[in-house]
Amino acid sequence: MGFLTYLINGLSLGSVYAIIALGYTMVYGIAKMLNFAHGDVIMVGAYLVFMCMSNTGSPAIVSIVISIVCCTALGMIIEKIAYKPLRRATNLAVLITAIGVSYFLQNMALLIFGSNPVSFTSVIKWQGIALAGGQLKITGNAIITIITCLIIMFALMWFVKNTKPGQAMRAVSEDKDAAVLMGINVNATISLTFAIGSGLAAIAGALLCSSYPSLTPYTGSMPGIKAFTAAVFGGIGSIPGALIGGLLLGIIEILAKAYISSQLADAIVFAVLIIVLLVKPTGILGKQIKEKV
Amino acid sequence: MKKRLFSLGLCAAMAASLFAGCGNNSSSEVSPENVDTSGELTWRIGGIGPTTGGAAQYGQGVMNAIQIAVDEVNAAGGINGYQISFNFQDDEADPQKSVNAYNTLKDWGMQILEGTVTSGACAAVSAETYNDRIFQLTPSASSTSVTEGHDNTFQICFSDPNQGTVSADYIAENALGTKIGIIYDSSDPYSSGVYQNFATEATNVGLEIVATEAFTADNKTDFSTQLQKCKDAGADLLFLPFYYTEGSIVLTQANQMGYAPTMFGVDGFDGLLGVENFDVSLAEGVYLLTPFAADAEDEATQSFVSKYEEQFGGTPNQFAADAYDGVYIIKEALEAADLTPEASNEEICEALISAIQNVNYNGLTGENMTWNAAGEVSKEPKAVIIQNGGYVSVQ
Repeated sequence: MGFLTYLINGLSLGSVYAIIALGYTMVYGIAKMLNFAHGDVIMVGAYLVFMCMSNTGSPAIVSIVISIVCCTALGMIIEKIAYKPLRRATNLAVLITAIGVSYFLQNMALLIFGSNPVSFTSVIKWQGIALAGGQLKITGNAIITIITCLIIMFALMWFVKNTKPGQAMRAVSEDKDAAVLMGINVNATISLTFAIGSGLAAIAGALLCSSYPSLTPYTGSMPGIKAFTAAVFGGIGSIPGALIGGLLLGIIEILAKAYISSQLADAIVFAVLIIVLLVKPTGILGKQIKEKV
Repeated sequence: MKKRLFSLGLCAAMAASLFAGCGNNSSSEVSPENVDTSGELTWRIGGIGPTTGGAAQYGQGVMNAIQIAVDEVNAAGGINGYQISFNFQDDEADPQKSVNAYNTLKDWGMQILEGTVTSGACAAVSAETYNDRIFQLTPSASSTSVTEGHDNTFQICFSDPNQGTVSADYIAENALGTKIGIIYDSSDPYSSGVYQNFATEATNVGLEIVATEAFTADNKTDFSTQLQKCKDAGADLLFLPFYYTEGSIVLTQANQMGYAPTMFGVDGFDGLLGVENFDVSLAEGVYLLTPFAADAEDEATQSFVSKYEEQFGGTPNQFAADAYDGVYIIKEALEAADLTPEASNEEICEALISAIQNVNYNGLTGENMTWNAAGEVSKEPKAVIIQNGGYVSVQ
């Protein structure tokens, strides 16, 4: 029974990583940049949900919708102000800008919300189910998190494959200059990518803090790094890769904690990452892209 | 050009946010009435502690309590005829920020330091005060790394070894549990210190430790695995030697998974009831170790608690009480050494090191408190249990 419980906890944690990893992987696939501010958008999303729920007493679902709208706007604004002017600059410049935006968001949150941690009220009121005569208890948080993750993943895969904007996204990720020649609005496509990624970050924030109920301005940074790892693990740029990477990372982390050492869990997670990258440098589902000379 | 303007604007905004952050910190540091502008000779006592961040309740409690004690002493004529100036700096419980705060206080002319509040930060600062020969009395940093090798640093709270040992004895004597599960923060000297001594004493008194789980500062939001392992091992009592922020998460997650052992925290759990938005009903029946209970009947406690409630609101915790005692302990030691503020920091430091070892003080947090050369206090810890959203002393 213990093993099943750990597995479900791992799936639940992995689902959160997967949703966050989607934000990294989509932006990387399309704009070829690492948006390190993504983790902090999660934190902003979680604070928005918390404020809506505790200050105005809105129901959880309304709070999440408000948070998604605000985060989508925030993501597009960040892209417009901080990244768009650097579209032709070196990758390194954009990377540093992203780190700057990340600190900017953290410091703004420190100013506005202060550094005292708040205990986040779970957005999921359902207590969950007990199986095998109460031996195996699955929390509502875990079930909803896993289901939400799967829905988002399949919806996104359908969207990218079957819609006009989705096709534009794939075209831009293949070849930006050729896409322009085909009449695709590259700027709008990149904006849309940021919008989707940041909207998902709001959902991830609400789910993350429901399971692990402590919210500070630094809440997003560690899950952000883990999710980035998950994206690389699964093959950055690939949507199913983010799902597989996220779930594997979550399960490895929890099982390492449970069966090897609760102290070394993080070290083990990253050791596995190194091994995977040594064997398959593009990640599990990553495609080998030939460099054009 | 337009792009350049854009990025310039962004840089400016970021730089502004950095400075805004600084400004926010420093504005909470010095309230004008504390700063001595008259040029009059006063005792300059500094304080450092987290008034924001994960342990903010401790820093705020300590700052407020020192202020109450300083006001009382000043109203009664000061120490050896000189008034006290008091200056408190925020360190967010971060060692680096703590040393910065210490340097700020040194620039201000601090002669005696009452701080810092948390162990990790205190160890960093006591290395500095040791080199600078400034006398340091910490209200609440309980780790031995604070006092070890620093003859100028003394503790008002009981030390980690003491807490670990007393907790194990207490659990065994009162038969609170037979199978013990432990979760501790392996990246924090305070938490690991208490854990190690608890584990040693537990074996001595015949408690069975069935699970020992750790977490680190980078991974302190998910305790479901550690809790599950304790549950699987059949632990009926969890010993939780860490701070209340993580404590609130452990209690929430244990409740979610339907696991309800007896929870036993040490002094770090003080503050649990003040976590914003935390469902305090989850804390019912939690034991914690403290030398101070705000519901005590004696006159000194009642007067302190009512003054605290009146001036700052809320019930003072044990660290506030420790800090309040601290000012009077410094006063007694300074009077015994017959010093004036004209003395150099080094003279004050050397005189206080010997004077404090002869002090026998009755305060809010204990009777007949005495100090040894290692800087440790000797006093009796008490256990309290949380009932109906308040502390109730258990004997």
